[in-house]
Amino acid sequence: MKKLGVIVNPIAGIGGRVGLKGSDGIEIVRMARELGARPEAPSRAVVALKIVSRIKDSIQVITYPNGMGEDECRQAGFSPKVIGSIRSEETTPGDTEKAAQQMVAEGVDLLLFAGGDGTARNIYNAVRHKVPALGIPAGVKIHSAVYAVTPRGAGEVAVMFLEGGLTKNRVAEVMDIDEDAFRNGLIEAKLYGTLRVPEESRYVQSAKSGGLQSEKDALQGMAAEVIGSMHDEECYYIIGPGTTTRIIMNNLGLENTLLGVDVVRNRHLVAKDVAENQLMDLIKGKRAKIVVTVIGGQGHVFGRGNQQISPRVIREVGRENIIVIATKEKLASLKGKPLLVDTGDEALNEELSGYMRVIAGYTDYVMYKVGY
Amino acid sequence: MPRDKHTLLRKFHQARWDEDMIFEMSVPGERGVLVPRAENGIRAEVGDSTSVIPDQLRRKTPPALPEVNQLRVVRHFTRLSQETMGVDVTADMSMATCTMKYSPKVQEHVAARHPGMTEVHPLQDEGTIQGILEMYYKLEQFLKEISGLDYFCFQPGGGAQAIFTNACIVRAYHAARGDNNRTEIITTIFSHPANAGAPATAGYKVITLMPDENGYPDLEAMRAALSQRTAGIFITNPEDTGIYNPRIDEYVSAAHAVGALCSYDQANANGLLGIARAKESGFDLCHFNLHKTFSAPHGCMGPATGAIGVSKELAKFLPVPQVKFDGKSYSLHYNRPESIGRVRSFLGNAPLILKAYAWIMQHGAEGLREVATCSVLNSNYLEKKVREIPGVAVWYAPGKRRLEQVRYCWEKLKADTGVGTEDVKRRMADYGLQHYWTSHHPWVVPEPFTLEPCESYSKDDIDEYVAILRQIAREAYEDPEFVKNAPYNSTIHKIPAPSINEPERIAVTWRQYTKKRLK
Repeated sequence: MKKLGVIVNPIAGIGGRVGLKGSDGIEIVRMARELGARPEAPSRAVVALKIVSRIKDSIQVITYPNGMGEDECRQAGFSPKVIGSIRSEETTPGDTEKAAQQMVAEGVDLLLFAGGDGTARNIYNAVRHKVPALGIPAGVKIHSAVYAVTPRGAGEVAVMFLEGGLTKNRVAEVMDIDEDAFRNGLIEAKLYGTLRVPEESRYVQSAKSGGLQSEKDALQGMAAEVIGSMHDEECYYIIGPGTTTRIIMNNLGLENTLLGVDVVRNRHLVAKDVAENQLMDLIKGKRAKIVVTVIGGQGHVFGRGNQQISPRVIREVGRENIIVIATKEKLASLKGKPLLVDTGDEALNEELSGYMRVIAGYTDYVMYKVGY
Repeated sequence: MPRDKHTLLRKFHQARWDEDMIFEMSVPGERGVLVPRAENGIRAEVGDSTSVIPDQLRRKTPPALPEVNQLRVVRHFTRLSQETMGVDVTADMSMATCTMKYSPKVQEHVAARHPGMTEVHPLQDEGTIQGILEMYYKLEQFLKEISGLDYFCFQPGGGAQAIFTNACIVRAYHAARGDNNRTEIITTIFSHPANAGAPATAGYKVITLMPDENGYPDLEAMRAALSQRTAGIFITNPEDTGIYNPRIDEYVSAAHAVGALCSYDQANANGLLGIARAKESGFDLCHFNLHKTFSAPHGCMGPATGAIGVSKELAKFLPVPQVKFDGKSYSLHYNRPESIGRVRSFLGNAPLILKAYAWIMQHGAEGLREVATCSVLNSNYLEKKVREIPGVAVWYAPGKRRLEQVRYCWEKLKADTGVGTEDVKRRMADYGLQHYWTSHHPWVVPEPFTLEPCESYSKDDIDEYVAILRQIAREAYEDPEFVKNAPYNSTIHKIPAPSINEPERIAVTWRQYTKKRLK
């Protein structure tokens, strides 16, 4: 009988919706809780585990106590073997590493973990290439290529792997960015190491691709296209994070937050680096548009680094008012995979699916598929 | 440099002359030609001929041209012309999407030497250029038959201008119906990029479709993009992948259903001649590049002509003049009040018309069809051999035959060895091959190369080509650094070439060069 190890980093993703750019460090977690944030990891882990529960009679699940996997496994219908113990109330990176080491010792065939880049680093420290691992995306920052593109995808890949349908592994990058630098507007992803990941290109994400020299002109054109369409003086423009959207702000001569969400109206900055609540207060009952870009190599439009633009914000704005900007190079780097929406709300994900007109330059568009 | 009978490889070294640039050869006062002063009688009659140029347009200082005598100029350019791969007016098969076929010498000779071509002036009376007009008229009849469309115009000076002209005709058509809201053109990422660029230049917004998993343009995406704002679709088939889209009529019908027109880019029609026509696919407009499919040389080696074809309904919007024949003589007609106007002076590039006309006459209808079958056969033979080379893959539509060209992929070679398509391309020069065409940007297929042997290449030519690619792949697996630093036997060694979008590092004139070099 195949053994599946499950580890959930119960606080992963907590900093996202309240605009804290990450969840590394006890202080940040405390701040996030004070801001009313809830962790994303448990519910995302359950989505993935429910898919795996299709084969629950033919596998053994080994996990860690309470919020580190046990709760999620039970919710998904498993009766897992629970090992180890957690000392304090708030779990730490040390707990993740200890859990991973013990699961390797238990001889698991696959380690399924839910978290973000920080979690992937902990898994890497403990596991290296000893057993294959696969991430359920639940963190704020996901630059690492060890994550499935969505929680459902993680479940599908785990099933295929445990049933013997996937035999190949791929060495995938564990990346992370310095959250302090990130909060100060600097983005620099570092390679920390690699994990062995089941090979399945449709569901497992590739590492974020860097920009290309030839994209510069297209980026300026995209900014001109978006700015040129700002006729409605009453309309709020919610500008999502990223270096692509930053060009719009630069060309408007406005301050901006590289990894946060800014709000513009009538070409003036209305609010900077907003949390979800603020955003909702601002736009409730008003006309608004969302401007977001695509994460290169992965294709996420919502649910990676822009959790402030939450399901209720997206519903308030409306699908027709979502402006996606991405160069053709970036779209080509997706190798035919659709743009992805992972808002945390499955019904909304489905509503957003279909085709969207992506702005790829000045009066230059690509009609592109959106999925989840 | 004899070719090895077994490996088909040769020891090759390209010619190299350590030539100065012509500007560096300048000696003050030297002249190639001394232009005589006009005789007194003429000067008395005409006066100072330069005085007809307004003062503000006249140079204050003479141009800084190199001062070099004739002998040196001839020797200089002869040597430069030897630093090539030995082709003179036509390039190599590896430039796919371009249809670089062999251009027969005979029409080059006639176009360059026949006084009926070389000694005429475009403003001559039409009664004195009946031969040229006859070729225009007959070539139009040929292309009507090849495409199924009703009228042709040979004014555009290239493929992109042909697409631009077609975009203008599309706008004129909608405007004539009182519909001025159609501001969008739809094209595909694997269509020649002029189908996006030229309509944009004509003022349209352009929506591009990406391929689906079989490599065809995403039909559902097109349906999502079509609306009352769609003026037309501009599409190639087969696209750059070489895969013929058998459902093309569905794309055309979907566009027609919202009132849009459909323009077929047949710049490269080598896989289709005598087999499939624009009309039967339902298209309203098309264009052929006479400098591709119809053998006239191109790629900086000859002027170009994009021949545009339209349906009867669109004929009134074509540029003027039109060549007509009344059974006795040929004449030029200008009476098209709804014409979009001229896109080029006079009749366009008459020598191109001659070459295309001659080429079609040489082949006949059966011969044209044989060109298509032969170029598809050549490409399929090449593909089978290239697929066997380690590190090569072909994306999309497994098991489906390509037509006249194939987009290949070195992604595996790059992953295995670090040697990518640009490295392989440079190394080819060491074996005497012109480098191949990679792909238009963006590279949807990673590490791409695109080959199109046309009908020109023999089996032996193709075998040698494959042997060279196979040898380079072997070198990449054995010694990747060696391939990455190629070429070694070329006119120049590897230089870190600035990208074409780094204008601050590029000099295309001597003046720019001297300025930027000093920086």
